Amino acid sequence: MKPSRAYDPYWMLLPTLGFLLVFFLFPLALLAKTSLFDWDLLSEPRFVGLENYRALLRSGELWSSLWTTLSISVVVVLASMAAGLALAIALDRPGRFVAFVRSAVFSAYLLSWVSVALLFLWLLDADVGIFARTFHALGWTSPRWLGDPAFAPWAIAAVTVWKITGYALVLFLAGLQDTPQSVLEAAELDGATPFERFCNVTWPILQPTTLFVATTSLIASFQMFDVVRVMTQGGPVRSTSVLVYAIYEQLFLDLRVGRASAEALVFVVVLLALTVGELWLFRRSEA
Amino acid sequence: MSARHKPALRPLYAFGLGLIAAIWLFPYLWMALTSFKSLDDIVVAPAAIWPAHPSLAAYRTVLASTPIARYFWNTSVMALSIAALQVLLALPAGYALAKLRFRGRRLTLVLVLATLILPAQVRFIPVFTLLAKLGLVNTMAGLVLPFAVSALGTFLVRQGLASVPDSLIEAARIDGASELRIVYVILAPLIAPTLLALFLFSFVSHWNDYFWPLVLTTDEHVRTLPLAVALLREQGTGVRWHIVMAGNVLLSMPVLAVFALTQRHLLRAVTLRGFGG
Repeated sequence: MKPSRAYDPYWMLLPTLGFLLVFFLFPLALLAKTSLFDWDLLSEPRFVGLENYRALLRSGELWSSLWTTLSISVVVVLASMAAGLALAIALDRPGRFVAFVRSAVFSAYLLSWVSVALLFLWLLDADVGIFARTFHALGWTSPRWLGDPAFAPWAIAAVTVWKITGYALVLFLAGLQDTPQSVLEAAELDGATPFERFCNVTWPILQPTTLFVATTSLIASFQMFDVVRVMTQGGPVRSTSVLVYAIYEQLFLDLRVGRASAEALVFVVVLLALTVGELWLFRRSEA
Repeated sequence: MSARHKPALRPLYAFGLGLIAAIWLFPYLWMALTSFKSLDDIVVAPAAIWPAHPSLAAYRTVLASTPIARYFWNTSVMALSIAALQVLLALPAGYALAKLRFRGRRLTLVLVLATLILPAQVRFIPVFTLLAKLGLVNTMAGLVLPFAVSALGTFLVRQGLASVPDSLIEAARIDGASELRIVYVILAPLIAPTLLALFLFSFVSHWNDYFWPLVLTTDEHVRTLPLAVALLREQGTGVRWHIVMAGNVLLSMPVLAVFALTQRHLLRAVTLRGFGG
């Protein structure tokens, strides 16, 4: 439509664009700038060129936090999607108790990360936690889930899966609404087993949903921070030091603004790559 | 899928349902039960289900040792302001992008969508130094302003308004309605479900937010609830799980209450995100 006055669209967009410039785009430029400086927030920043990037690569810290983030995220995405899909199929039917169970699973997704992290910190406590006591009662030695570098990343992953399975569940339930009942019934009359019906009818219909849940959960997992800050503070021996936590530590514990900025900029590139990958997959699946 | 089962499978299905419910509800139950326990209960019989002497002592400790009412107030003001600003600012912007022709429209839309890939976790260093320069560290404004505009919200409002017929807007213009009146009074009610979903989801996300308040606040007059509850564990010594869980109940009850009351809309918010309106 033609605006009634030529300048109308501009002032209507002004607040939104203003905020996006001040809090999104300008910060990105500022981030690029500070990544070239050595700065501890207190004294004058000193220009060091690409030294921060070199230091990140040299120390191996960047690769290790990228690898930690990626391995936890892949486990989280695969497990939460498998659980979400299985639950969606099991819970896609009428009934009050079924609806109640759906709500229970989804409610965890709305809970704060702090709540979930504290709750599981207590459940997984090595001395008085319910898991440790159960192991103890059965006569087994309980591993120190959060105190052992071999277990801690997977404990964090498991907690995350518990929290976000509701997200996959809700989206898969919505996707199942598009399954044509008549085709399913016809397949059943033809003697197709439930497994065959799932593989040949339901699964293809769910493709776009699957792709969407996978990519959004992956991008969200890469931003993981709260659960690590509350449960393990990146430890033990940096085994749970995910990207955002590493950046946070550089800034507020080591006061290395330049290096934190360089790492954050690498993170922007990673998010950009994931997003472009997502868009590319969608284009391809639509073609 | 139909609800028909072979009779033999029915008990198995019921058992499965019960198991799923237990996996997701037991942690809540354990949180609530722990909050009524005493230090003795936890040390002597950590795995006992029921508190030996149920009491509200842990809650009294939380209330006595922290200004929890202050934190409730801060968190509510912050989350409500952000949710309200996001909806109010998304409306005119979404309207302009959906309905008005002007130079730079495509560019603006691309810009809005591009900011979707910049979460607070990548912006926090420059935004923090920027707000520090403006003296906004440890202020409510510093907590709210970086989130006053939601790129996703703007996009969802645009998608919602795109299907509104132009003739409706033309008729309103002929009646002499101003553009602001058209947006807030005539069009907003037409996409009320989207706006409500946006508001509620934004409220819940920011009520829960830990990252930004952690970065921006150091003193307690603007501290928010998630930060305060996480601090319950870091402060003090010894086993304080009853106290931490009492704080955790106070933190999660409002969210679970909002969920119970507005479940339909929150579910809609998730699927809206999913399918872009």
